[in-house]
Amino acid sequence: MTYKYESQRVAFPYFVAALGLFAAQILFGIVIGIQYLAPDFLFPAIPFNIARMIHINLLVVWIIFGFMGSAYYLLPEEVEGEIYSVKLAWLHFWMFLVGGATAIVGYLFRWHDGREFLEQPFIIKVAIVIVVLMFIFNMVMTMIKGRRRTSITIVLLIGFLGLALFYLFAFFKPDNMVMDKYFWWWVVHMWVEGVWELIMAAILSFLLIKLTGVDREVAEKWLYIIIGLTFLTGIIGTGHHYYWIGTPEFWQIWGAWFSAIEVLPFVAMIAFSLRMVSLRSRKHPNGAALHWTIGTAIVSFLGAGVLGFMHTLPQINYYTHGTQMTASHGHLAFFGAYAMIVMAMASYAVPNLRRKTGEIMSQKAEIFAFWTMVISMVCIALSLTGAGVVQSYLQRVLATSYMETQSHMGIFYGMRLFFGATFTLGFIVYLYDFFLLKRATSR
Amino acid sequence: MNKASARNMFIGATVIVSAIFLYMTVLSIKAMPARANTPQLTEEVAWGKKVWEKHACIDCHTLMGEGAYYAPELVNVIERRGEAYVRVVLETAAIQGWGTTRKMPQFDLSKKDIDSLVEFFKWMGKIETSNWPPNIEG
Ligand code: HEM
Ligand code: HEM
Ligand SMILES: [Fe+2]
Repeated sequence: MTYKYESQRVAFPYFVAALGLFAAQILFGIVIGIQYLAPDFLFPAIPFNIARMIHINLLVVWIIFGFMGSAYYLLPEEVEGEIYSVKLAWLHFWMFLVGGATAIVGYLFRWHDGREFLEQPFIIKVAIVIVVLMFIFNMVMTMIKGRRRTSITIVLLIGFLGLALFYLFAFFKPDNMVMDKYFWWWVVHMWVEGVWELIMAAILSFLLIKLTGVDREVAEKWLYIIIGLTFLTGIIGTGHHYYWIGTPEFWQIWGAWFSAIEVLPFVAMIAFSLRMVSLRSRKHPNGAALHWTIGTAIVSFLGAGVLGFMHTLPQINYYTHGTQMTASHGHLAFFGAYAMIVMAMASYAVPNLRRKTGEIMSQKAEIFAFWTMVISMVCIALSLTGAGVVQSYLQRVLATSYMETQSHMGIFYGMRLFFGATFTLGFIVYLYDFFLLKRATSR
Repeated sequence: MNKASARNMFIGATVIVSAIFLYMTVLSIKAMPARANTPQLTEEVAWGKKVWEKHACIDCHTLMGEGAYYAPELVNVIERRGEAYVRVVLETAAIQGWGTTRKMPQFDLSKKDIDSLVEFFKWMGKIETSNWPPNIEG
């Protein structure tokens, strides 16, 4: 056994749950991908809106499972002490899983709320808050009891506190739609371009220290630079959502300038990763984990930095706002930043948590899955970028009607579905490797 | 730069931008009555918003460019189609759904729900959106 701390093992079920929910997310992604081409598919049993809310809610839930699992794995090693309460970790694991599953099944029976990403019914929202608070309590107690305080754990904690804090705005549902949307973004934007980036950067730092053996002082300095850039740009950068929703026009200037430099933390993460790798004293045997780790820095830069920048200036956003351009960016950014950082941690942690040894098994299958999934997702984003350009031009410039415009975009939706299928293939290989191959060999 | 100064810059930057952001939030809220016609936000409009949420319309349509991209923009739907047409859509949807290719599912909409949705769309249409969408097609 190579895990140093027995309580680290509680991370394992979190990664298993994350992968299971990820699989379901992809399934529903394929369903809505098909509905774009064949609208009668599963209609009216599972209409588009229901399948879509399942797709994006599963995404958020599995990412949070992944974040928690990552935290439970890295905390003991960072603070040099066991998790405060493994029982509590198991308890809120089951609460989260049952609550999440209830919500998803409920959606199929039209039990949902009505704001994008926040479709969870009121009691499920309350349950989520309780689960996250239980987790944070466990984390804080572990940090207090531990022998060591590290910047990584502190940044991770700020990230989770922020995640909980901003989720509270999900309870604010004013009658005024402008007010509603204003604070809706305090959940969605403040998460993905704010506090989640802290969680991502903390996990990234942990992984790079482990995989390169470079001194922690170097990594932690970078970590503070990255998160400093995140908040410096991302908080006022919220303004890029306040151009056309009934908010004052000064946001067009402030939102543009600050969100334009939101690419900086992503550039810094690439520089950080490459710097750490160039400084490394030894080659870590877990090559797959290094693939995912460097990969997340690069793909998040492409998805969030490049595609995000492409439509963030009001002069461009005026035409692309709410088109397939947005979907393109949403996919590559979410995948590159948050899906991949969880996969990176899973790739690093799980071999250490498996039964007999922490020995690295053959990673051919996993690396094949890595490339297949990454390339497929880049191609999905490119297909949707094509769709977005056509849509912006026909609908926004030439004033062609919405449905008429859509009828010219079938080719891109076909491409998206094709690469969705190759993505699924890669993911099946990943799951086969994770659950069957590696498990069998690690007994 | 060492770790401590990087950390201090993080804290300093966060405090400053948060203060600016909160101040701009106050300004945005103050501007709301004028830009979003808060005085005209009647109970019917508020009910319309609840109906909008009850059926998760946002997970197919966009509203002021936000939501899903499967169905047309609705902030200016009254201006684009006229009130009578919007009523026909909603009344038909209440019975059997609407549409030929991509279809709107059947929704249980009462007369009150439909009236309120129409009022909601009318109210939405008057929001000062800085000239967005670029044209009537949304
Ligand atoms: C990992 C980081 C990021 C993630 C996960 C992410 C994800 C998303 C998602 C899901 C949406 C669609 C929201 C909706 O449903 O309306 C969105 C919108 C947007 N994002 Fe990001 N984003 C990230 C970073 C960025 C960055 C760094 C920028 C700019 C430089 C950016 C610019 C935008 C803009 C301008 C929109 C609005 C698009 C529109 O007008 O329709 N994003 N993002
Ligand atoms: C692999 C197959 C996938 C397919 C076919 C697919 C398809 C779709 C479709 C059709 C939508 C709805 C877009 C609309 O409203 O018109 C959507 C939304 C979304 N999907 Fe996927 N998806 C897939 C995988 C993923 C993955 C792996 C992620 C993230 C890791 C993801 C994240 C999202 C997000 C964030 C949205 C909301 C975007 C927005 O609001 O702009 N999807 N997906
Ligand atoms: Fe944003």
